[in-house]
Amino acid sequence: MSAKLPPGLQLEKVDDRIMTLNVGPQHPGSGHMRIIIKVDGDYIVHTDPDPGYVHRGEEKMAEYRNYITNIPHLERPVIHDSCNILYPYCLGIEELLGLEVPERAKYLRVIAAELNRCVYIQYWLAIYGIFLGHSTMFMWPTGDRELLIDLLEKMTGARVTHAYFVPGGIRNDVPPNFEDVCLRQVNYFEKRIKEYADVFYDNPILISRTRDTGVLSREDAIKLGTTGSVLRASGVDFDIRKKEPYDVYDELDFQSPTLKEGDSYARSKIPWLDMLESCRIIREALKKMPKSGSVRVKLKPKPKGGDTEIYRRVESGRGALGMYIVSKGKPQPYRLKISVGSFRNLIAMPHLLTGEKLGNMPAVYWSLNYWPVEADR
Amino acid sequence: MVNDITVSKPKGLSVINQINSHNANVFVGKLGDLLYKAVDTPLGMALNWGRLWSLWPVHIETACCSVEFGAASGPRYDVERFGIIEAFGSLRQCDLVVVQGTITRKMAPRLRLVYDQMPEPKYVIAMGACAITGGLYFDSYNVLPGIDGILPVDVYVPGCPPRPETLIQGCMLLQEKIKRMKAR
Amino acid sequence: MHVTARENKKNESKVVFKMSSDENNTNVEKTEEAPPVPEFENPLANLILKKFPSATIAFANTDRTRVNVSKEEIIQTASFIRDELHFDHAESVSGVDYPDEKQIEVVYHLGSYDDPSLSKQILTLATRVPREDNPHPGNDSTKLSSLYEIFPSVAFHERECFEMLGVYFEGNPDNRRLLLPEDWADIPPLRKDFDIKGR
Repeated sequence: MSAKLPPGLQLEKVDDRIMTLNVGPQHPGSGHMRIIIKVDGDYIVHTDPDPGYVHRGEEKMAEYRNYITNIPHLERPVIHDSCNILYPYCLGIEELLGLEVPERAKYLRVIAAELNRCVYIQYWLAIYGIFLGHSTMFMWPTGDRELLIDLLEKMTGARVTHAYFVPGGIRNDVPPNFEDVCLRQVNYFEKRIKEYADVFYDNPILISRTRDTGVLSREDAIKLGTTGSVLRASGVDFDIRKKEPYDVYDELDFQSPTLKEGDSYARSKIPWLDMLESCRIIREALKKMPKSGSVRVKLKPKPKGGDTEIYRRVESGRGALGMYIVSKGKPQPYRLKISVGSFRNLIAMPHLLTGEKLGNMPAVYWSLNYWPVEADR
Repeated sequence: MVNDITVSKPKGLSVINQINSHNANVFVGKLGDLLYKAVDTPLGMALNWGRLWSLWPVHIETACCSVEFGAASGPRYDVERFGIIEAFGSLRQCDLVVVQGTITRKMAPRLRLVYDQMPEPKYVIAMGACAITGGLYFDSYNVLPGIDGILPVDVYVPGCPPRPETLIQGCMLLQEKIKRMKAR
Repeated sequence: MHVTARENKKNESKVVFKMSSDENNTNVEKTEEAPPVPEFENPLANLILKKFPSATIAFANTDRTRVNVSKEEIIQTASFIRDELHFDHAESVSGVDYPDEKQIEVVYHLGSYDDPSLSKQILTLATRVPREDNPHPGNDSTKLSSLYEIFPSVAFHERECFEMLGVYFEGNPDNRRLLLPEDWADIPPLRKDFDIKGR
């Protein structure tokens, strides 16, 4: 042992029976993070998640840019669900500066947020399919989400990372016949996703792989502070769009589905039911939207707030997304903390994976609705 | 008489010994060159043709551009028709690394390790503004300003994130480059 | 000093403050800035003040209440909040650096899933720890008792706060690095004296 180890690394004693595996950043079943697993034969005895491979320092960078120039880099943690990350930021700054958003902008924000939620859930389902080896479930959602990405491109100009939400409304209005096109696309999309039941959810192989694996009880789900579809699959009915409605969600009629079993099958089914509800929300919002009006409140060049702090939260595709903004009277925020659903669900991963068989690992791990880029910020 | 003794050589050997040995070497050399060119150029073209129509990328998702890479493998922008099938097996059978997005200081040694484990010939595509120069995160404390320092890049695909069509154009540029390379 | 943004819009609230400060809880310091506490909010803020009179209520809006406690009392306050007030999980844990006052503020945002009357509520529990100019994370005076025994959901958040700001949480079962690279040898990045390059 003559060589010195670099700081932060240490040697471990190798056991005869227990083997340490790296489900590493380069792995067909892991995504952009590493899970260090100790296996005894076929059973996992210890799990240690190792995120941080995409940690780009969003919170530190936010302190050097003012409120408007923070928007492009704050939406990059989840590029295809970018509207939902900017939502609590814009709501918080509107509360800080005392802005009143026009009605048409509120409806358009709700439509954009729901479209983004569907786009995210489709990609998540695609990766779930490919982790389990179901490549049809990779191709169908990836193809169907292109329909909604076309709609978002018409609305905002970009496929992903729209930078569409600004404090005070949205950046610009939609093209003239957007409502008809949107209605037709969403109807067709809803027909397509109803077929997923035949191929995926009623598939006996999927049911045997995910039923009764990774069961999270109701008390554990509450105690560990999980959120989003993980929480609703364990029987807790908590959806921020219903409990603390923002923008016009209190005027729209929708449900937030809940299941009781708490296993991976329930966690994989809740986002699909969410998507069907999103189609209803979009249709109703298109009907109720005011036909014309301004979509943005004009801001001063470098807006600054008072000496205060704001916490707003929103239901994104992964769960509750909260932003904690501390402002001290300058154009830059003094502190910006993003509390994402993926990071809060991370604590359920060692809790659920320990004791499982190694073959069940992808089914349980990805069903926790964990997007690594967002958890690292 | 003693002065009348003559020694006679066999007929065949005298013919060969009359040919100049230097000219013979030049003749054999030129014949070998001609044969090498006739066989090697089509052989090289065949090897290159095989390589550029079956580039298999390693399954390493590094940051947010992986969403557009996944969309490129979808049914609309089908990148599999170019032979780019994401080999979900081992990386010892792959020959392309698509560096998708921001590389942080934690990920950089792992990326280099992945690149070193791949057998020759191997190619690198830098996808996204973050992989080229650090992009939007150029002043962050944990981000490398471009991957030029750790990997030899063949093709740069700009964009934040690049559209799937741009990525396919980048792959076609790589194919053009391989066509012009030496096969060995 | 905490002034909420809501009363920036309403001018009449200033007058109301002076009149209603007698009927509101007299223990609240800084009554000039506290808005007229709505009826619903009184039980929550009042209950905490009755049990822990040394705590201060920074603001008590309709859905957001903030309680500042000292770092010795945080465990009892958190147990009280969990048992009597039925808050069951932490939404986020953040640290805010105040280099001028030589203190780091640790802020817990607590929410409730089980109690339907509290679903809109976020209770902010804040405390301050001393800050040193040359930090040795784990070995200096920036220490705080962890709330892991009371709210298990803070485990990973406290780890992140430790590596980003240098606040050591005693009682957290795991205090290793989470997001930063393993060979990070600089000061914790979210402190104000850590400058990012080029700015």
